[in-house]
Amino acid sequence: MSQDTVQAGPAEPGPAQPGDRAAAPARRDRRATGAKLGGLAILLVIAAIFPLVITDALYTQFAVNTMIYVGAVAAWNLFSGYSGYLSLGTAVFFGSGAYTVGLLANHWKLPGADIFLLLPLGGLVAALIAVPLGLIALRVRRHTFVVITIAFFFIFQLLAFNLSFTGGNQGVSSPFFLWSASTYNNPFYYVGLVIAVATIVLSWLIRNSRFGLQLLAIRDDEDRARGLGVRTMRVKLTAFAISGGIVGMIGGLWWFFIGQALPETAFNPLFDLSVALMAFLGGFGTLAGPVLGALILEPLQQWIGITFTNGYTSDIVLGVLFLAVILFLPRGIVPTGTEYVTRWRAALARRRETAAGGSAPPGSPVPTRTAAPAISTPAAGSPATGSPATGTPGTGGAR
Amino acid sequence: MTALLRTAAVTKSFGGVQALNGATIEVEQGSIAGLIGPNGSGKTTLFNVITGYETVDGGEVYLGDKRITNAAPDKVFSAGIGRTFQLTRVFSRLTVMENMIVAAQNAEGRRGRLHNPLARAGGPATRRRALELLEFTGIANHAGALAETLSYGQRKLLELSYVLMADPAIVLLDEPAGGVNLTLITTIADRIRQLNQQGTTFLIVEHNMDFVMGLCDRVTVLDYGTAVVSGPPDVVRTDPRVLDAYLGTAEDDDDVPVS
Repeated sequence: MSQDTVQAGPAEPGPAQPGDRAAAPARRDRRATGAKLGGLAILLVIAAIFPLVITDALYTQFAVNTMIYVGAVAAWNLFSGYSGYLSLGTAVFFGSGAYTVGLLANHWKLPGADIFLLLPLGGLVAALIAVPLGLIALRVRRHTFVVITIAFFFIFQLLAFNLSFTGGNQGVSSPFFLWSASTYNNPFYYVGLVIAVATIVLSWLIRNSRFGLQLLAIRDDEDRARGLGVRTMRVKLTAFAISGGIVGMIGGLWWFFIGQALPETAFNPLFDLSVALMAFLGGFGTLAGPVLGALILEPLQQWIGITFTNGYTSDIVLGVLFLAVILFLPRGIVPTGTEYVTRWRAALARRRETAAGGSAPPGSPVPTRTAAPAISTPAAGSPATGSPATGTPGTGGAR
Repeated sequence: MTALLRTAAVTKSFGGVQALNGATIEVEQGSIAGLIGPNGSGKTTLFNVITGYETVDGGEVYLGDKRITNAAPDKVFSAGIGRTFQLTRVFSRLTVMENMIVAAQNAEGRRGRLHNPLARAGGPATRRRALELLEFTGIANHAGALAETLSYGQRKLLELSYVLMADPAIVLLDEPAGGVNLTLITTIADRIRQLNQQGTTFLIVEHNMDFVMGLCDRVTVLDYGTAVVSGPPDVVRTDPRVLDAYLGTAEDDDDVPVS
């Protein structure tokens, strides 16, 4: 829960009262939660009225693309971020969803907005594809898992080129609609927003659930988790399929929006990379991080794309940006930011303490974040802290 | 008294190394059993085989009458065998309380109630039980701290605590006294005794001879993957085969896990 720091509230309500210190932490927590919820509500309202205020089709198009990425990154994080299994094959599900929705829409000759109803079906197909893929790939860990997901990606792109029903390199096109050009993007934007918000809410629920805790335990030490009764394969596979299903729905939405799925655009290696990079930028495995990463990076990418019209300049700008992030925010915006805030708060509290009563014992300079142990269990790993009063450090510990 | 945990002629080799060579041990219900032997004698491998982290090449493992040979670690844990590791393994980026809840999940699910998979982790009963255990081991005031902030000794206590969340019939401790100071060793021994009085059986691998001899009802000596001697501490201590196995004094063989 500690890393769920969503946007430090833009408006800290009420002045701080330095007087009563016992109730202060609880109140600060409550106030922080309130600020978080308030910030979220404001964000949601902004997101909801965005295409009504900014009606320029160029920007609403940016917004649709951004929503597609927000949802996809949140879904990716739901599996990869929580479990620690880095998947670089997200486009497998994206493309599968796109082709499923595309092929079915054409096959059934669905008119207009009815195609949106196919999205869950696209998600279902992607989730079903995730099951056998997961059963194979989730047997291995770390680098091997990453490589296998990349291999899956290439297999699926090849399939899209070569299967009889996928349209080869012509891909699958959507029918043309006579929707008003000025509001054309809006339905796509709102469907994208609903999927993205639902994914974020689902991620939050999972983060606090038993299922989520099992995923996080797998991330920290999978074998140990197994030895404590966690059915690791089942847990990983479930998360993998949920994540893939959501990305599949988003792929379907994308196909409908763009109007065409080609093997190289629906199964796009840059999509695999972008999704992972956005999550890293914001903070891998946190709730708000991936969303933040997508909200920053996708509009930026789009803006750079139209500002620097020659391809390499935009690449250079993006590259410089990534270097800056690695230098200053190596663990992503949210974790590093949270750390800064915690340190700043601790410094503030210490200063207040010394200002209030100079009686604080000067002999406790070690800033541990927890209280002193109740039972005398001095750190065994560091002999320096062995309590001098209770005798010599253990015989067994002598080297 | 019947054997709660029994291995029958278990063999296991890694390449050319015969780690276990017909190891047969028995742990009686309600006892504290010790497993000693020189480095490389197969103690940890035996633990791994019992708890499902390694498969056997031959032989059988029984918990009571139930055959658990080659059962997966989660199944072994559900069956009632908890274990700790020589080098502590806690979920470092989860809080101490969350660590406890991970181990509790299985126990909760077994009660047969249908659970909402998205329900908040750790109900009030689970949290109360977890706090009780943490108080018992003396790290309750760290419940909200990330496990990575704990000291090595505190991690050992956390491992012991979360293993107890599922109320195991038997707990396998791999060097509970290794690398911790004297005060904590006394505390750990004391807690083991208390738990044993409440009915938990223990099997303990340990190099600290005072610890083993003072705590255990029965000690088995493993050498080259075979149980060479088994008996009460006093008998084992003086057995010539044990001295032979250790090639000198036990104290010289103390190895401390690098922490």
